[in-house]
Amino acid sequence: MPEVRLSYDIDGDDFSSAGEASVAMKKALRQMGIEPETIRRCSVCMYEGEMNAVIHAGGGRAEVLVSPERIKITIEDDGPGIADVEAAMREGYSTAPPRVRELGFGAGMGLPNMKRCSDELDIETAAGRGTKITMIVRL
Amino acid sequence: MPDRQIFHSVKLDRDKCRGCTTCIKHCPTEAIRVRRGRAQIISERCIDCGICIRVCPHKAKKAECDPPERLGDYKHKVALPAPSLYAQFRNLDGADRVLAGLLRIGFDAVWEVSRGAELISEATRRALAEGSRPRPAISSACPAVVRLICIRFPALIPNVIDLIAPFEAAAIAARREAAEKTGLRPEEIGVFFITPCPAKVTAARNPLLLDRPVADGCLSMTEVYKRLLPVLKDIKDPPPLARSGAEGIGWARSGGETSALAPDRKLYVDGIENVISVLESVEDGSLSEVDFIELNACNQGCIGGCLTVENPYIARENLAGLLRGRKGSAAPAKPEPFAPASLRGAKKLEYEPIYEIVGDRAEAMEKYARIEELRKELPGLDCGSCGAPSCRALAEDIVLGKASEDDCIFRFREKMGGGAMANPDEFLPPPFRREEKE
Ligand SMILES: Nc1ncnc2c1ncn2[C@@H]1O[C@H](COP(=O)(O)OP(=O)(O)OP(=O)(O)O)[C@@H](O)[C@H]1O
Ligand code: SF4
Ligand SMILES: [Mg+2]
Repeated sequence: MPEVRLSYDIDGDDFSSAGEASVAMKKALRQMGIEPETIRRCSVCMYEGEMNAVIHAGGGRAEVLVSPERIKITIEDDGPGIADVEAAMREGYSTAPPRVRELGFGAGMGLPNMKRCSDELDIETAAGRGTKITMIVRL
Repeated sequence: MPDRQIFHSVKLDRDKCRGCTTCIKHCPTEAIRVRRGRAQIISERCIDCGICIRVCPHKAKKAECDPPERLGDYKHKVALPAPSLYAQFRNLDGADRVLAGLLRIGFDAVWEVSRGAELISEATRRALAEGSRPRPAISSACPAVVRLICIRFPALIPNVIDLIAPFEAAAIAARREAAEKTGLRPEEIGVFFITPCPAKVTAARNPLLLDRPVADGCLSMTEVYKRLLPVLKDIKDPPPLARSGAEGIGWARSGGETSALAPDRKLYVDGIENVISVLESVEDGSLSEVDFIELNACNQGCIGGCLTVENPYIARENLAGLLRGRKGSAAPAKPEPFAPASLRGAKKLEYEPIYEIVGDRAEAMEKYARIEELRKELPGLDCGSCGAPSCRALAEDIVLGKASEDDCIFRFREKMGGGAMANPDEFLPPPFRREEKE
C-alpha cells in the first residue's frame, strides 16, 4: 500500500513564514487528487497547528502521512506543553500574551477548529515536555 | 470536467522569442516551459494574467484582441469603455470628452462599463445581504482571479459571488438599448469592449459564468488610446454623455469595488502574488471574520492592466482627479432598472483539476512520492536551463513523462563525466563553479 510522507520545519523565529507548511501540503494533496473540501479541512488543521507551534512553543516540526484511506497530520514541538488540555480545547480559551493578541491571534479558536476539521484528534503533552498533536482526516 | 479552454488572448510571438527563461520564473501558475529555443504556454494552466507580457525582455508575448476593422462588420457600433480608459489621460475634464472622442473615431454610441459596474455593485449589496454564501464572499470581477480559483483554490468556489462581469452587464444592456433605438436586429449591432487586459478578452470569448459570449469583440485599450489622443483636444464642449457616477468609475482601481459596499470587514487586494497569499489564508480559515474580498490580479487593479498606457500609479492619480470632481465630475447616477436575475451567472464555476496527477489515487500517490524523491536528487538551483521554472517543476515533468532526467545539465554531466572528468568545474559557467578559475 503506497504511503507518502511529507515533512516540514516550522520556524519559531520567523512569524511571517508561519503558514508555509500548510501551503506546501495543499499543493501536494492537490497533485495527489485529494478532494478540494478534504484539502481545505487539512489546511485548517495544519495552519492552526503551525500557528500554535510558532506562538506558544517557539517552533516545531510537521509531518503528513498520506495513504489511500486517510491523511495523518502530526505537529510536534519542544515547547512548554499544555498544562490543562481540557481547558485548551474549549472555544475562547487562550493564554496568548497581549503582544500576540495585537496581531489578531489568541481568540482561542485554533484547537476547536482543528477538532472540527479532523475526524480524530489526539494530544500528547505535559507541562515542560512539549506537545504532539496528531490529527486524522479520513478520505 | 468542464471543457479545457482553447482560446487564450495571451500568445507567444515565435519570431521574437529568444528562448530565455525570464517568463517561466514569473508565471504564477507555472504554465510556461522552454522547448527547442522557444517558450511554450501550457494552455489549460494559463489564466491570462499578462505577467509574462510584462516581463518578457524581447516583447515576445502579446495580448491578442480583435482588430478595429471588425467594426465594419456591423451597421451600428457601440463602444463599451472600461473606466480604466479615462485614467489614461492627464488633466481630463470629465468622462464626457473621452466618450465624445469614441463617437469621433468610428462608434455610433457608447455605453459605459462603469454603469455596468454600478449594476453589479447594487447586485453585490443584495447578494451580501442574503448571507447564504460562506464567508468571506469573493468578487468575481477579475477573470484571471476567477480562473485561478477554479484551478488552484476549488474549495473557495462557493465563496465567489456568481455575478457576471461589469462589461457583460454593459454589453447586454447596450445591445438591448441600441436595438430599441435603431430598430436594427441584435446581430446588426456590434458591441465592442475596450479592454485594459488580456484576461477580459479571454473571458469575453469564453465566458466564465454565461453560456455564450455577449460582446462582439474586444479592442485593446492601447489601440483605442492611440486613436483617441489626436481627437480629444479638438472636442469643444463635449455633450453630457456620461451617465455613470463616481461609484462605477472607481472600479477602475483596486479598492473601488469594495468602497461601494457596506460591510466594514472588507478587504481589497491587488497583484497576483498578494492575491494568491490571501486566497491561501482564506482556505486556511484565517480570514473567516472578513465579509467581502475584492481581488485584482494586476497591481493597482484594472488601471494596472497590461493593455493600458499610463503607469498605474499615475493612472490612479488621474482617476482620483476625475473622481474628486476638481476638473469636473461625471454626473452622479442611480443604477438603472435591470432585471437582477440576468446579472446572476447562468452557469456554475467548476473545479478544473489541472494539477492533479492522472490515474487512481494509489497511482497518483506513487508518482507523487517519485516526484519528491527526484526533487531531492536535483541540485536545487532552479537555474531554468532545463526549461522548467524550478527543479521541483522539472521533477514533476520528468515523472509525468513530459521531460527527461538528462534535461538537467548537472545530472547529465554527472552521468557523462563521472570520475573521468579531471576537473569537476570544467565547462560550468561561473555561478555554478565550486572554485574560482585562475
Ligand atoms: N503547541 C502548544 N504549546 C503550548 N501551548 C499550546 C500549544 N497549542 C495550544 N496551546 C495552548 O492552548 C491554548 C488554546 O489554543 P488555541 O489554538 O485553541 O487558541 P490560541 O492559539 O490561544 O488562539 P487562536 O488559535 O484562536 O489564535 C493556547 O492559548 C495555549 O495556551
Ligand atoms: S498570462 Fe499569466 S498565467 Fe498565462 S502564461 Fe503568461 S504569466 Fe502564465
Ligand atoms: Mg491557536
